[in-house]
Amino acid sequence: MAEKTITPEAVEATVREALAQFGPEPDEIKLEATFEELDVDSLDLAELSQIIEDEYGVKLKGDDVGKIKTVGDAVDLVVNRAG
Amino acid sequence: MSKPRPDSAVALVTGASKGIGAAIAIALAEDGWAVGVNYNSDREGAERIVAAIEEAGGRALAVGGDISDANGVANGLFDRLEEELGPVLALVNNAGITADGLAIQMEDDDWNRVIDTNLTAAFRMTRRAMRPMIKARFGRIVNVASVVGPRANAGQANYAAAKAGLIGMTKTVATEVARRGVTVNAVAPGFIATDMTEDVPDAVIDAIPAKRTGTPEEVAAAVRFLASDSAAYVTGSTLFVDGGMSA
Repeated sequence: MAEKTITPEAVEATVREALAQFGPEPDEIKLEATFEELDVDSLDLAELSQIIEDEYGVKLKGDDVGKIKTVGDAVDLVVNRAG
Repeated sequence: MSKPRPDSAVALVTGASKGIGAAIAIALAEDGWAVGVNYNSDREGAERIVAAIEEAGGRALAVGGDISDANGVANGLFDRLEEELGPVLALVNNAGITADGLAIQMEDDDWNRVIDTNLTAAFRMTRRAMRPMIKARFGRIVNVASVVGPRANAGQANYAAAKAGLIGMTKTVATEVARRGVTVNAVAPGFIATDMTEDVPDAVIDAIPAKRTGTPEEVAAAVRFLASDSAAYVTGSTLFVDGGMSA
């Protein structure tokens, strides 16, 4: 599969779509929402990392993912890692 | 309810050119799995197993690779099977070696080789296997442990440590991925009649309540169950196939 071009908008869309699979309602998934509020746990974030790697070729380390708290943090991490 | 096994699912069995691994490959093929028959050096043996599966109407592929080699062997095996057969949604970590000796005389190399192949390689394979399984919301990982580990066996400190470690890993990984429909279990064979156990002394047979060695097919039957849709709610467990030795 060809990797997608990384833009903040594209990554945000991917993150929102992935998180919606894990349980939260799409309208709850705001950039400032915390994973705790969304009931998104470490396995969900590991799967999100896998989706990001498959779609964008950006490998996120467990340590980095462990530090992020919000949806916006996840988008920033991917965009910064690619930059 | 849990998802049933997808039609295109592939099972990868490590160390499947003979003995218990070969019996497991055949049993899973009988259950409708396409099977990756991994071998290290015995290519002919693996191809014989593939031919037997194909003759019976199944799908199989021999995939060579030393799983104790850290350099991408696990990825290579999965990539090839995914390209040629389909997504690998069952993994049987069966490959194992022995390098026996009393602990007081055991060389570091004998310790390390056994831990690398029997435990570390199984971890690497498991780590790689979980990716497609989590995505599919279906997966079966079965680790072939041993009664040695839960029980003592003089002369096998390395093997006992590796197999006990495998059971510990089984339990913990099972809890990590249970809610994605991925089960992780172990089978613990006792004395099974294979090349690895050809000289079982009479005193050992006497200590087995069933008074005989087991067969590879009896171990394979347990793996077949744990890989089946019927075992969707069984995870983190160790199924002893040992004629009552550990009872």
